[in-house]
Amino acid sequence: MSIPHKKPTLIVGGGISGITTAVEIAEVGKEVILIEQKPYLGGNVIKMNNYFPKLCPPACGLEINFRRIRQNPRIKYYTSTTLLEISGEKNNFSVKLRSAPQYVKDNCTACGKCVEVCPEERPDEFNYNFSKTKAIYFPHEMAFPAKFSIDDRYCKKESCNKCVEVCEYNAIDLSAKEEVFFLEVGSVVFATGWKNYDAGLIENLHYSDFKNVVTNVEFERLIASNGPGKDKLIRPSDNTEPEEIVFVQCAGSRDENYLPYCSAVCCPASLKHALSIQEKYPDSKIKIFYIDLRVSGRNEDFLAKVEENKNIELIKGKVAKIEEVGETKNLIVEAEDVLSGKKIKHEADLVVLATGIVPSDATLNLNKDQNGFLTEIQKEGIHAVSCCKKPMDVSSSVKDATAAALKAIQLTG
Amino acid sequence: MGKRTGVYICSGCEIGKSINIEKLSQTVTGEQNITVCKNHSSLCSVEGYELISRDIEKEKLDSVVIAACSPRVKTGIFDFPENIICERVNLREQVVWCYEQGEEDTQMAAEDYLRMGIARVKNILISQPYIADDISSDILVVGGGITGITASIEGAKAGYTVHLIEKEKKLGGWSGKLYKQIPYKEPYNKLIEPVVKEKIRNVEDNPDIKIYKSATVSKITGQPGKFEIIIQNGQEQKITVGSIVASMGWKPYDANALTHLGYGKYKNVLTNVEFEELIKEYPEKQLAKSILFIQCAGSRDKDHLPYCSSFCCGTTLKQAKYIRDLSPETSVFIIYKDIRTPGLYEEFYKEVQKDDYLFMTKGEINEIKEKDNKLQISIKNTLLGDDIEITADMVVLATGMTPAGTEDLNLAYRLGKGLPELKYNFSDSHFICFPYETRRTGIYAAGSLRAPMDIPSSMEDAKGAMLKAIQCIEATKRGEAVHPRSGDKTYPSLYLERCTDCKRCTEECPFGAYDETEKGTPLPNPTRCRRCGICLGSCPERIISFSDFSINSVSAMIKSINVPDEFEEKPRILVFVCENDAYPALDMAGRKGLKYSPYVRIIPVRCIGSINNVWISDALSKGFDGILQIGCKPGDDYQCHFIHGSELTETRSENLQETLETMMLEPERIKTEFVEITDYYKITEIINEYVEAIEEIGPNPFKEI
Repeated sequence: MSIPHKKPTLIVGGGISGITTAVEIAEVGKEVILIEQKPYLGGNVIKMNNYFPKLCPPACGLEINFRRIRQNPRIKYYTSTTLLEISGEKNNFSVKLRSAPQYVKDNCTACGKCVEVCPEERPDEFNYNFSKTKAIYFPHEMAFPAKFSIDDRYCKKESCNKCVEVCEYNAIDLSAKEEVFFLEVGSVVFATGWKNYDAGLIENLHYSDFKNVVTNVEFERLIASNGPGKDKLIRPSDNTEPEEIVFVQCAGSRDENYLPYCSAVCCPASLKHALSIQEKYPDSKIKIFYIDLRVSGRNEDFLAKVEENKNIELIKGKVAKIEEVGETKNLIVEAEDVLSGKKIKHEADLVVLATGIVPSDATLNLNKDQNGFLTEIQKEGIHAVSCCKKPMDVSSSVKDATAAALKAIQLTG
Repeated sequence: MGKRTGVYICSGCEIGKSINIEKLSQTVTGEQNITVCKNHSSLCSVEGYELISRDIEKEKLDSVVIAACSPRVKTGIFDFPENIICERVNLREQVVWCYEQGEEDTQMAAEDYLRMGIARVKNILISQPYIADDISSDILVVGGGITGITASIEGAKAGYTVHLIEKEKKLGGWSGKLYKQIPYKEPYNKLIEPVVKEKIRNVEDNPDIKIYKSATVSKITGQPGKFEIIIQNGQEQKITVGSIVASMGWKPYDANALTHLGYGKYKNVLTNVEFEELIKEYPEKQLAKSILFIQCAGSRDKDHLPYCSSFCCGTTLKQAKYIRDLSPETSVFIIYKDIRTPGLYEEFYKEVQKDDYLFMTKGEINEIKEKDNKLQISIKNTLLGDDIEITADMVVLATGMTPAGTEDLNLAYRLGKGLPELKYNFSDSHFICFPYETRRTGIYAAGSLRAPMDIPSSMEDAKGAMLKAIQCIEATKRGEAVHPRSGDKTYPSLYLERCTDCKRCTEECPFGAYDETEKGTPLPNPTRCRRCGICLGSCPERIISFSDFSINSVSAMIKSINVPDEFEEKPRILVFVCENDAYPALDMAGRKGLKYSPYVRIIPVRCIGSINNVWISDALSKGFDGILQIGCKPGDDYQCHFIHGSELTETRSENLQETLETMMLEPERIKTEFVEITDYYKITEIINEYVEAIEEIGPNPFKEI
């Protein structure tokens, strides 16, 4: 049987959803092109310490997915690449892409010599700027593709040239320019994912003012063993290990002033964080203030596990106010326990805001709903999948991405 | 044997500084049947690749051994024609980066790993895929509710013929019994017509979908690409399909167990399902003056359903809206534990909340009594502080869902008629990143059979499962495995003449790939196989092998290692590691410069469940002092990608330890450990502690023999 030549599907975004859509299509036997704006694949999940409810590391499933990508000739991927334009109709789109300057070429062996000589530093985006890397850096130890990257906002380029001199493989080209190129594709899937809601906007919670108020995504890095504190959980103000920790659920969520909807993941995520803290620091004391505990389906068992833990207190009530204690930089959290009607004032070492999911900034002018999420069908042949479409957890995203793969093969035949 | 093998040693990335490359090549050329052996300062460069490619042609090589970096990197570079065996020896991450530069022990490790790589190459073959004849591209969908209907339509749209079986007289399942449906996209203020109505029309009009109503499956035999199905619908029909979507759905939780909530005791206590039917049948019926909903009726309750069914909060809000729309005089009360309207359902929740005749509170039901034809409900722990009492004309219990079960698939499998189930009997995947993982290859559960879910989720799930069903057919046509070893073209071959019918392989295969004869001889179904190698590990007669992974290939690696005698005081520990988690963890330990004992020799395996006892005895007779097996976490939250590979290894090792004791050997000489992929600190500690423990015990007495 001869297979008619069909144009590939373009997948925009190399997080768990984009990766899944790509490998699922390719394993049916069709061609795909995956683009990712960061220098590495893995999106938000690779920054996660673990997944609920199993508390297992995302790197485990990603390792399998990276292998699926490595060995499958039907998958092409471009990192540090963004989509500029789409024109045409289904089965016949032309897409304009931009690849950031590839200062470090593909023949980089990731030997690490360059880092030893690089004199410049940059805030480590992977660790939400809690730590620093050199201007030439390996994004994180699991990075796929396994090659170094240069942050051109901090690199002094040819005026320094130290990395070029030390590289035995001639893998660094500091004069590299961005590349704009065109590809012909049959369909496009947007898997551009999410970012967390800007906690600085929630005035009464003082995220921007108090160092020890952090967001849930930042907390993922703080608790991770490859995070800024290495094997320790440290708080930003003084790098000490917090003992009293408060989680503020619906930080900005289900609130007409900020995010009117529920992001569906913050409740189980905070429960997960609480259990991860307890595993590392069994004597720590944790309070979680919530409106409703939304832990659906079989994750209920996970909630039961938290409820059994005497050091984790679940309090129904919305946090009204956070104040900082001048000297210690501790935080006074004020809330009402709606079940007892009592006002609570509690001093904590660290406050974690369970902020919600908002869709990532789109580079193109796309159709959105009232909350800014992309509509599922942009036009025939252009679909949105997972968290850029609506808030959802990893498992649901993967499910959605698999469904998107079916849509893509229906289109491209 | 008789292979023409080229060996290429890279001296880049500090390998040349740490190891004496000259000496390393000498050991190789001196000891092995090698056609050519060359060094290069950067094998992954264009010149390096060309050097090897030229030799492949000129020297007519059929195999190359590349001693350089980890096989997890530069995969795209070392990509030779399919008929060339390419073995990567990991000198960088697992020797140079984790051992002291220039030390004798580092050199010894490098030499051993190179010998192991060569030994492996000499004992493996290029895989010839198993491609069955007459592979069917048809797909069977069992269950004609919203999930099955959606799966059928979407599968047909992708160009596949679908056979849809429904046990009832008409399609639609529970969703066909709805009066209205919750909006799942804007606008959120209006209930919508049940989407299933139009879908039923679509499915019935579709020439690529064959529908069998009032039908059941009486038997399924065969394997992906060729499942033989016997359907009963008055008569017996036989069809052949390539893969299957199981969408038998759910059953409401049996409310007869909820007498404490008045069900069965008072006639005006209904379930949400009964209430839906009532409204659908008599939408114009005069409704009572006050109706009270009890959320989590028998849900989130360890005496009933410990889990949350996810759909009941939304359903109650919808039913409350029915009441308020149809009967503006009726008051509605909702007593809940938490209102769970995740995601954008919040928008619908807010719409319903706008209604002043709707009263909601968190609370627990104390008691329900009937008096003068009215129900009196006393509620404690409310948001109002005190206990309250509400009088209502009707009480609706928001009961949850239980999976319908998959026994009706009637699989004629050695391991049972249905799909394996997780806790609470859902036929779900255990993996967060792989929700369509299945333990019965080619059969994918979808919808509420897999986990409690609502209509939009079920529709999405149907598409995902259908994609996997299509993918399985296409992979089978190519002779490739499906997830997690997707693309693997090897498959087990059995030398049945030596089989003793012990049934271990048929019992231990996590995927039910083996059926068996009455006598107990295994009947392999290669396209059901997921290539984990657990059968290889289980077989006491050592008759199961894959072209690139066999008793011989690993034994040869073990035997190729130079084990120093006891006077050298250099113990040797053989470490088997799972190639997906423990092996990358060691690579990352290397990248981080974490040091561990150079006395270990590491062999990656598909799963630690594939470790055959004969390798342990090979290692002990060779003089190894200890054997460490590092796999993925077993137990309730297992992380083993082959379900119970780790668990099996643990049990097998316990048995082996007993055998060791009868041989006057210390049981500690075999140990099983579990790590996660990110446990790079821990894995080095595990290795170091084990080496110390073995040093304490002393050398293996078999060393002398």
